Amino acid sequence: MSEAALHIEGVGVRFGGLWALSDVSFAVERGAVLGLIGPNGSGKTTLMNVISGVYKPVTGEVRYGGRRIADVPTHQVCHLGIARTFQIVKPFASLNARENVAVGAMYGREGSKRSTRAAFERADELLEIVDLARVAYRRASDLTIPDRKRLEVAKALALDPEVLLLDEVMAGLNATEVEEALDLLRRVNQRGITLIVVEHLMKAIVSISTCIVVLAEGRKIAEGAPADVLASPEVIEAYLGSRWAKRQQQLEAIEAERRAVQQVRPPAPS
Amino acid sequence: MTTAAAPPGRKALTIDRLCAGYGDTQVLWDVSLTVAPGEVVALIGSNGAGKSTLLGAVSGLVETISGSARYGDVELTALQPDRVVRAGVVQVPQGRRLFSSLSVEDNLRMGAYLRRDREVEADLEKILTMLPRLRERYDYLAGRLSGGEQQQVAIGRALMARPQVLLIDEMSLGLAPVLVDALIDILAQIHATGVSILIVEQDVQTALEVSSRAYVLETGRIILSGPSAELLDDPQVKKAYLGV
Repeated sequence: MSEAALHIEGVGVRFGGLWALSDVSFAVERGAVLGLIGPNGSGKTTLMNVISGVYKPVTGEVRYGGRRIADVPTHQVCHLGIARTFQIVKPFASLNARENVAVGAMYGREGSKRSTRAAFERADELLEIVDLARVAYRRASDLTIPDRKRLEVAKALALDPEVLLLDEVMAGLNATEVEEALDLLRRVNQRGITLIVVEHLMKAIVSISTCIVVLAEGRKIAEGAPADVLASPEVIEAYLGSRWAKRQQQLEAIEAERRAVQQVRPPAPS
Repeated sequence: MTTAAAPPGRKALTIDRLCAGYGDTQVLWDVSLTVAPGEVVALIGSNGAGKSTLLGAVSGLVETISGSARYGDVELTALQPDRVVRAGVVQVPQGRRLFSSLSVEDNLRMGAYLRRDREVEADLEKILTMLPRLRERYDYLAGRLSGGEQQQVAIGRALMARPQVLLIDEMSLGLAPVLVDALIDILAQIHATGVSILIVEQDVQTALEVSSRAYVLETGRIILSGPSAELLDDPQVKKAYLGV
């Protein structure tokens, strides 16, 4: 995965007198899972909006497959192969789950080639993948929170994206549901879809990301392999906090102790 | 800070065999729980376990089928929500539920809507001292604030009602770890003024770290309770809620 799917180059966005993003640059490798973290208000969702064409950056450029897309309107960005989910889920409330996904399948990159029937077939496949087949005919407004999050992912997948932006799809889920969501995202990634994941659940970010970018006050403060980024004092101060750092130290101590015990008592030969 | 919530709550919140629900759907089954004066208690459990329903029943927002929730001698389940607030039991709702088109100041003042005493201004000043970020954002529309700032407004608004018991629903949801740290410091300050706190959290680690005792709610029933430090080490809790 040497070729980058997406280049963010010197992106700046200003709201009135405030720079929501300034000079943000990084590349996302094809097939990668990029974890995008940072405090609330640090510009993560703004960056999602720039990539998906909702906001035009004042400075800089977004390139996707060699093409400049900063000026491309949202619906065309979607047709080029970049899909997203929303932090506050946005289903068509009065349509059922299956219809919600079929709308995406009709509208997305492959949509014009699909008959209505093919779109519904695609919707059924995707509902199966995200484990929503059991509520396919239930109105979106009647789904539980975890199921609405699943629907949000299925709707985005229906657009047949190459790159999928996921904005806090795991917020509000319990430990078991988070594990299920991570399994789902791994399966999606294994199909060759590049993921950009915005999430505050560090356990989830650590477990799924191949690379992490950290934003703080609109600037990139760190980028790299998860272990390196999370050990950075600047990242701990701006985002992870002292409680997290302390917890990590405790976990490492327990792990070191466990290894030491194993060394003293090697496992019996089988 | 001396106290935004004077005088400190010296009465217990006692929930006794409470059954509650929505219409024909019963959600809570014989739930019993106490928050002693000045105590911080956590209620943990999964989505749909009934945690918010319990806070709703205590706040007079959800219909009680049987059982009771008392603050001292006052039976809360018989009261309208505004009377529950007057009795000293105030909720910080899940999702902040701010008046997003009102300023930070107006949101805070709404918290004192039921008060007619002369100490509202003094309390406002104390709260702004404890939550200095809100002073910086005083004239901003609440809807324009970041998630962490909004949660502070929600807490500040609840404090403006002079609570004896604060019920806090999913405080950490969608917030960066460092902001959760800051909120925990704020809770500690509120607790130091004598206010009892019942926190409802899906972030079980955080809930058990800040509380002295905790209850585990599953499908509407309390299945486990005890000192938080012990629950942190409980294999059942570890497996189901901490993912280890």
